Amino acid sequence: MKYLIATVLLLLSGALHAQELLQFDNDSQRDLYRSLTAELRCPQCQNQNIADSNAIVAVDMRQKTYELVRQGQERQQVLDYMINRYGDFVHYQPPLNRYTLWLWLAPVLMLTLLLGTAIYRRSRQPQHNADTKSELNTELDQLIKRYRSKKP
Amino acid sequence: MRKLFFYVPLALFLLLTVFLLSGLFSDPRERESASLNKALPEFALADLMQPQQIWTPEQLHGETFLLNVWGTWCPTCNAELGYLTELRKQGVKIVGLYYELPRDPTFDAPFSLKALQQDVAQKLQQNGDPYQFNILDLERRLSLDLGVSGAPETFLIDSNGIVRAHHIGDINPQIWRAKLAPLYQQWSQP
Repeated sequence: MKYLIATVLLLLSGALHAQELLQFDNDSQRDLYRSLTAELRCPQCQNQNIADSNAIVAVDMRQKTYELVRQGQERQQVLDYMINRYGDFVHYQPPLNRYTLWLWLAPVLMLTLLLGTAIYRRSRQPQHNADTKSELNTELDQLIKRYRSKKP
Repeated sequence: MRKLFFYVPLALFLLLTVFLLSGLFSDPRERESASLNKALPEFALADLMQPQQIWTPEQLHGETFLLNVWGTWCPTCNAELGYLTELRKQGVKIVGLYYELPRDPTFDAPFSLKALQQDVAQKLQQNGDPYQFNILDLERRLSLDLGVSGAPETFLIDSNGIVRAHHIGDINPQIWRAKLAPLYQQWSQP
């Protein structure tokens, strides 16, 4: 019984002392912090977001994001703060500008080109109508007859 | 028309090949700094060796200089000290921005300026001292404002305090000759 109580207390103590390292005023701030650290990119460990990376700069950016969120800044304000310092590179959703436009246009252009070519080629192909088919059939029949007659 | 069907896709394919091939040789770290052609961000930071001296951007006006982000903990920074010292002897003004590591309050000893000063003095004695002075960025606020992603990084600041060039990585004779020396010449002219 003693051991049981001890075990239960031990298990409970963990739950009671579980406390977040970062404290937020409300849940929306916490969600904002989570989503921002997930979509901001670490400038040092490329292809990691700042939530994942433990590079010095990622630690600092997380800290700064936390401060700005706690100050009550909006999502876009925090993003602008980081983009002003680290460029568009730092956000995983780059804006549409004259460099990124091609990423969106290229597939559409390719598809249009492909469809255009296919339609053009289709329209140029000679039409097989019933007349030519029956003509071919009679020609074939004649050929078959000729070869049969050659048999010894 | 038939020829067109052959040459247009071929041309497109070759274009794509050249584009992708050039991607193989491009350095993903090579990108334009967002602080380029902007004034130095506001700061008031203490000198590393004489903490009573506080540096602000205005005090750095008047002369073109290199702002070198470094730390004794960073091997590449230590390796470039020798060549930077050579540049100092040639008359290039270099200011150090000391990039201190973050400390975990649970595991790390509290920050001691004296220990850091000793460490820095020892490293500079060993490898050469290229710096007019060092600005201590203990919280790395200025580094964050400048868009520093790590150490070493170097900024070329003109006499009006505008960032004119940025280099990620060490400065060696090749990099200096090919990239930074022409810009340094250009922006040092009165």
